[in-house]
Amino acid sequence: MDVAYINPFIVSTVHTFKTMLSEDVTVGKPAVKALPFPTYDVSGIIGLSGDAQGSITMSFPKLTALKVVSKMMGMSIKVIGPELTDGIGEIANIVAGNAKQHLSNCNLSISLPNVVVGRSHVISAPSGSASIVVPFQSSLGDFAVEVTLKTK
Amino acid sequence: MKLLLVDDSATMRRIQRTQLNSLGIQDILEAGDGLDGYHVLSENMPVDLVLLDWNMPVMDGLTLLRKLRADARFASVKIIMCTSESEKSRVIDALKAGASNYLVKPFSPEALKEKLGL
Repeated sequence: MDVAYINPFIVSTVHTFKTMLSEDVTVGKPAVKALPFPTYDVSGIIGLSGDAQGSITMSFPKLTALKVVSKMMGMSIKVIGPELTDGIGEIANIVAGNAKQHLSNCNLSISLPNVVVGRSHVISAPSGSASIVVPFQSSLGDFAVEVTLKTK
Repeated sequence: MKLLLVDDSATMRRIQRTQLNSLGIQDILEAGDGLDGYHVLSENMPVDLVLLDWNMPVMDGLTLLRKLRADARFASVKIIMCTSESEKSRVIDALKAGASNYLVKPFSPEALKEKLGL
């Protein structure tokens, strides 16, 4: 996968965390995902369609997810429930939507968010897709952004 | 000012409500999709302003925008599209359909204040 497809999602993640959470995040080294690759505990997934097909997944350890959504909402979220999954889905939606503007040559459409909860769940990708995982660090905890795309 | 928030994310509605409260706006209605928004607006006119998300289930924001602009009952309502998608073509589509302004998520309270003209 061309790095040009990854950078918009990195830039968008950094911008979203800074604007919504006043959090400076550190970007780790992107790596090609070897399947099957377990994610963290809570994953917000946005489907991508158009000239390229795939998804962007933002995956968080449970504690990080709780801290992120608590800070975003300005209230303490202590358990995995509707507030948490809605918040993680919205972050994924905003990151994907913002990244789209830098991928305008792809004519991409984004789906509504889905959120998967479960320890070390695996999200598979269609054959022929390439997946790249970008690790992030923040004061709220580590998380990862996974971009899976199959270009025409 | 009476305002309607239309967004399928309860988290986003809560964030926006908090920001609006800090700007002194207390009279706030909420709806979770475009169709719900249409009904809430119809039953609570006059409403001054709608903050309208784009990507929603049941009825998306652009469809609701076009529906409202085709109905004289809502001619005075200011509608601000509030979405994470910021491509120029999207902004043009929204403005052509009658949006009063366009706000890109994530946004700061200052950006919201500016778009509201406060």
